[in-house]
Order: sequence, then C-alpha cells, then structure tokens
Amino acid sequence: MAGTLLDTVWDMHTVRVLPNGQTQLFIGMHLVHEVTSPQAFQMLAERDLSVRYPERTFATVDHIIPTNDRARPYADRMAEQMLVAIEQNVRENDLPFFHLGTGRQGIVHVIGPELGLTQPGMTIACGDSHTSTHGAFGAVAFGVGTSQVRDILATQCLAVAKPKVRRIEVNGRLSAGVYAKDVILHIIGALGVQAGVGFAYEYGGDVVESMSMEERMTICNMSIEGGARVGYVNPDATTFRYIQGREYVPKDGAFNHAMEWWRSVASRSDATYDDRVMIDGDAIAPMVTWGINPGQVVAVDGFIPSPNDFQGASRLAVEEALAHMQFAPGRGIAGIPIDVAFIGSCTNGRLSDLREAARVAEHGRVPPGVHALVVPGSQRVRNEAEAEGIDDIFRAAGFEWRDAGCSMCLAMNPDKLQGSQVCASSSNRNFKGRQGSPTGRTLLMSPAMVAAAALAGEVTDVRQATSV
Amino acid sequence: MTAPQVIARVVGCGVPVRGNDIDTDRIIPARYLREITFESLGPHAFEDDRQSQDGAHPMDDPRFSEASVLVVNRNFGCGSSREHAPQALYRRGIRSIVGESFGEIFFGNCTAIGLLCVTLPSDQVEAVQTLVEEDSTVVLTVDLETLRVETSGTASYSASIPEGVRGSFLTGRWDALGQLLENADAVRATSRKLPYLTGFMVND
Repeated sequence: MAGTLLDTVWDMHTVRVLPNGQTQLFIGMHLVHEVTSPQAFQMLAERDLSVRYPERTFATVDHIIPTNDRARPYADRMAEQMLVAIEQNVRENDLPFFHLGTGRQGIVHVIGPELGLTQPGMTIACGDSHTSTHGAFGAVAFGVGTSQVRDILATQCLAVAKPKVRRIEVNGRLSAGVYAKDVILHIIGALGVQAGVGFAYEYGGDVVESMSMEERMTICNMSIEGGARVGYVNPDATTFRYIQGREYVPKDGAFNHAMEWWRSVASRSDATYDDRVMIDGDAIAPMVTWGINPGQVVAVDGFIPSPNDFQGASRLAVEEALAHMQFAPGRGIAGIPIDVAFIGSCTNGRLSDLREAARVAEHGRVPPGVHALVVPGSQRVRNEAEAEGIDDIFRAAGFEWRDAGCSMCLAMNPDKLQGSQVCASSSNRNFKGRQGSPTGRTLLMSPAMVAAAALAGEVTDVRQATSV
Repeated sequence: MTAPQVIARVVGCGVPVRGNDIDTDRIIPARYLREITFESLGPHAFEDDRQSQDGAHPMDDPRFSEASVLVVNRNFGCGSSREHAPQALYRRGIRSIVGESFGEIFFGNCTAIGLLCVTLPSDQVEAVQTLVEEDSTVVLTVDLETLRVETSGTASYSASIPEGVRGSFLTGRWDALGQLLENADAVRATSRKLPYLTGFMVND
C-alpha cells in the first residue's frame, strides 16, 4: 500500500527497522497524565535513565482529579498522592506541565488540540487509548502502555508494527439531530469492535470533510472502540483554520511553510488502501448503545435484539449483555428510564458539544430522581462556555456544572454510578463497571441525546424533543 | 540494562476464561489504577466479574489456582490501554495467554512485560478450554520454537504470533528499551528531518 498519510508520516518518523521487523518510530509529541505515568518514571529511575527530549513531552492532570472540590490536599488521599507524584516527576525532569493553576488544564486529548500542540504530520503517543483523537488533524496518534511511556521518555521512540490502512468513506448528508457521535457509533455497529485490529482507520467522504475539527475529533477518538489503534482525517483548510493562531503553532511565514508541509502529508488521490468501506451518511440516525460494548448499538427508533436471532458466540454475547443491562429483548430503546446523565469526556466534552446539549437543555428541566452533570473537557472549554452563558442554561435546567476532567467516563474520581443505575452518557465506553459501579449500566449517545434523556428522564429521540 | 531473558516456551496448567470482547476494565477495574505502583494488582484481576459470579469464576476455582496459561476467546483485552491489565494477570501467575485474538494495545503491553500471547483458531481455543475445564491437571505447553500449543500429549495445535514478536521472545529482546537506546545518533538525525522540530523554516 502506498501514498496514504499513514505511509508518508510513518516513513518520515522511521529511525530504522528493528531486527524483529518492527519499526523504531520517532514520536514527535508525547502527552502524559497522572495515572499511567508514575510507574514509567519509576522504571526510568530504576535504570538510571533520564528523559531524552524533555521539550517533546507535555503533562497535565485529568483522570483522577476531582471535578468539584479542588482544594488541596484533596479529600481523596490517593488522588493527592498521584498529584504529588506527577508534580515531582515533571519538576525533576523539567517537563512542561499544564496544572490546575495554569488555566490550561484539561483532558489530555482536549488540551493538545486546543493549545496547538497537536498538528498534522506528527506522530503522537500517550498512555491512553483515546490518543487516536489527535488523528483528526492528520497526525498518526495512538495509545500505549506504561512500559512504552517509559520507552518514549528514555528515547523518544517506540518499537511498533506498521498498521494496514482501511479507508472509511461516509458520503451523503447527515440529518438534523445526527452528530459525529452517531456516525462513529454507526460505523462501529456496522464493522464491529474487533474489525480495526491491525488497521489504521482513515475517515473521509463528504460527511467527514464537511465536519468541524471538534466533530472529526469525536470520530477519531472512538477508533479504538472499533479495534483500530489509529484513526485519522487528512488535513485540509478546516484543519488549518482551526490551528492558526494557537499558542504552540508557528506564526507568520513559518505558518505558511507549515501549511505547505501539512498539505504534502495528506493521502494522495491515487493512494492505495488495504481495505475500503462505504457508509451512507443519509441513513444514519441518532444512535444509542443497549449492551456492554460500543458495537452493541441501535438507532434511537430501533429495538433491542433478542438472543434468539443469533447463534453460537454471538448469541452468548447478546445474552450476557442483556443479563447485565436487565433489558427485555425486543423492546424499543426509546423510553428506557435513566438515573444519571453525563455530558463530558474526551469524546464529547468540547465547546460545540456543550453548545448542542445546551440548545436542548434550555427547553426543559431535569426531573427529580435524575442526576445530571456537565463536565467540560478543559478549563478553557469551561471558561468559553461560561462566557457564552452555557453554564447558566445548564444550571437553570437542573444540571451540575463541574470543573474539567475525565470524571464519570471512567470513574477514577468520586463521580461514579451507584448500584445498577442507568446512565445516558456522552462518553466512549459502555463496558461493565466502566462508570464506577460493577452493576452500573451505560447508554452511549451524543451530548444532545444525553440532554434530551436528562430532561425526559428516559431515552428520547432528540429529533422529536426539540426542533434541532 | 537488564540482561536479555529468552522466553522460548511456557509450560503450566491452564485456566479458561470464556467470552468474546473481554475488555481491560473487566480485567482490572479503574479503581485499582489509583495506586502509583503495579505491585498489589494481582489479587484484583477480574475482580468485578468474580464477585458477580459469586465464586464461580474460573479465577476463583481452586482447581485453577496454580494455572499459568490463560485460555481466552476473541478480542481479549480490548479497550483501555492500561498496562495494569497484563500486570495484574502476571502478578496472578499468568505467563502466557492463548486466545483467538487480542486487543492490539493489550497485546503490545503483554509483550513489553514478557507475557507471551499466541492465537489459535476459535474451535481449537474452545477445545483447549473444554479440555482444561474437564481436567485441570492437563499441562499446556506454549512452544515458540515449534510454534505449537500442546496439551500433555493428547493434542497439539499450530499457533500464530507475529513473526517479529516471536523473534523478540526467542532472542530475549521483548523489552524493547535496550534496542531503542542503542542508536541515539540515528534518532537525532530523524528528528532533524522533521519540519515541525526545525521551526518549519528549513524546507527540503
């Protein structure tokens, strides 16, 4: 295969081919957060190594930090310990650190683009599987484990195998009330949660090309949910408009040189792919997951499947999902009562997500018995939303307005489901136990759909809830 | 630098954990990511699944308490990149995982800590699971030289693993850091060709 962005960027960052056939790949930008890095710094110390390119690693805190009371020391003793560890590690290694006091703290995949750190043509890695988000800019970006965080800190390189490339083309036009989240859930539902293993996903077609950067980030973010470690969109004028003027982006003449280079890394029109998939954008409806992985998803006017419609392992999977979710097979997904509504995460915690959810929220009020919270993806998103009065809209509708962090997407901080609560969530994973209660139940959907569910107290078609 | 440790085979009893798409949140729930070391993870592997099955999970079955080969199905270890998942399994005594397929980041994390993952076709995985369920004393041999999974003389299956990863285990270089540290000059040369690291002013 040749001529894709992945080929071009990969080749430029290849230091050498290792004896085992893997690539020694230079990592242009490394992002670290408090949870998957302390062991890596410890491993470095044990081997008496230092950080080789300290100017290419950027740190923030997102996973464990509280999103309400942020006074130090934190009430959560382990969160405090983790914060102390990252503070010490960035100090000792002289790494740029976007801590709470900088006004630039946030979910690592929200602040990278926001600050202009994320740029086309880069290789980007982070100890977090949603690093694929940065692929929205035409970067080759992927999640790694802690031993690999150590490898990058020590060498700025990784030993990795080059993936194949599957082009996923979404053509046509999305209907009102259908968002990027619905597109990626639809894709995962169509291809499955394992189809992407060994592949990078290149997203294109009319629908993706006409999307904003924030929408493209939502799509690329969930590539890993389809099994693909890397997902990307070719850089174009939309990309450059978003990037220009941001803090870490070259200015003036250098910006023009940069644009020239960024354009040159995009997949050529004659690029060849290992696989191609066509998706009809007109046919995509608002999507809601009914099961325990993101591929178990239906349109909001659809029905929960019955195990009887499947055989073998597929049947077992449906049975297991329904046993956990306690949903009757064959019932409509709309109308399922919810207990919690969560708007936020690296998938859908950006300003445009909050705007769309607020447009729905302003039409009603969260009923008693439903706990609704909005967690902006970054301090900057929070500030910009407040400047637009979005926080007031949410508060007036009965939502809590929080500080920035990962929060209830993975429930490492006190934001957790209790017992078997059902949560309408704009996050990325509906795995068993994901939102902090082993018996908790997660329904993934777009932020606007979460807002609609919050007001109705049940899963609701956002297209009917309000004139979107 | 630690000396290379060749891993050519893993020999031990098996423990079957059935199910497709078992994600890393299930292997180790996020509340155990709150520690700043991996040391105490072992007892918490599959904790919520074990609790929900009230002692019936294979990891709680005393027959499998000494097992070192985990036998799983499709897309095992999908989801979160947390290395805590293989670290928890390793600390629970698992040295090899035989499955139909693996989540990609999980597979890489296993390799990085010397936890050997190989794949078999789904029907063969299920045959091994059934065999081990019926007789937990069956000894499994995951052999990288012959590239086979053997079950105490009763059956032998041809296993798969990416050739490069196989080589890494056979040469003891599964921990990549040693190799990555070898050629700092070539790394610097690569970085100097990248326009975004040279201020975009050098145009080639």
